[in-house]
Amino acid sequence: MGRILVSLASGLIFGLGLVVSQMINPQKVLAFLDIAGNWDPSLAFVMGAAIPVAALGFALARRRRAPLCAASFSGPTKTAVDSRLVVGSLIFGTGWGLAGFCPGPVLAASLLAGAPALVFLAAMLVGMGAFTLADRRLAVRTKAA
Amino acid sequence: MENFTPVSAALGGALIGLSVLVLWLGNGRIAGISGALGGLIRPQAGEVAWRVAFLAGLIGAPLGYTLLWGAPEISIRSTYPTLVVAGLLVGFGSRLGSGCTSGHGVAGIARLSRRSITATGLFMLAAAVTVFIARHVVGA
Repeated sequence: MGRILVSLASGLIFGLGLVVSQMINPQKVLAFLDIAGNWDPSLAFVMGAAIPVAALGFALARRRRAPLCAASFSGPTKTAVDSRLVVGSLIFGTGWGLAGFCPGPVLAASLLAGAPALVFLAAMLVGMGAFTLADRRLAVRTKAA
Repeated sequence: MENFTPVSAALGGALIGLSVLVLWLGNGRIAGISGALGGLIRPQAGEVAWRVAFLAGLIGAPLGYTLLWGAPEISIRSTYPTLVVAGLLVGFGSRLGSGCTSGHGVAGIARLSRRSITATGLFMLAAAVTVFIARHVVGA
């Protein structure tokens, strides 16, 4: 039960943060990305404030063997920069720049922004599903070889 | 620069950082949206409920905010074809690259992950180049 409440609370705080920072608004995001235009650097302040607070969480966690409500910390284990990371990030960034939406803001906007947000969300889920399918096929082929 | 809003941006950013802190200290999981959502496509035992609760909070908070204080501005000017292409790229790319603005851009950089610092630099660059082409080359 604790895990569920912690996760819900974390999601609520995240969603509130997206609204307060205006990252929920694609035009605000595009204004940040438009360095050659009427540049709005506000969103640099989002990352600038988010990163130290998150870093405090990781620092506090180093003194603990386990999180408060779960059996163990379960973070990313890969350390090498590989081609998947590079190509995936470039593809993701291109999509982000096209519409100004990334996964968090489009979910946060999904009940408030009508059909355009839902169309982006549906396409994003198809893209994620396509990756999962391709990844599974690749895994099968690698195992067979 | 008339729309420059550093105070609300920093306040909202601090909340996003707090969300990462709460999920890591409380549950030992990374508050990355593409990972939390993508992990539901091929669900694993014991890894479903926290994702659903986290995403429900993320979707519910703006609704609660709207009921209490009024709707935030959400201006989407892209055409439907652009939204479809952009959504496909964001969905596929964030899964292939193991993260998006939250998992790499906030949590990963806070962990000083070399992978996340690289990913964030690359997706910021790709996004800025895309906006430049769309607004100043094609749209000029």
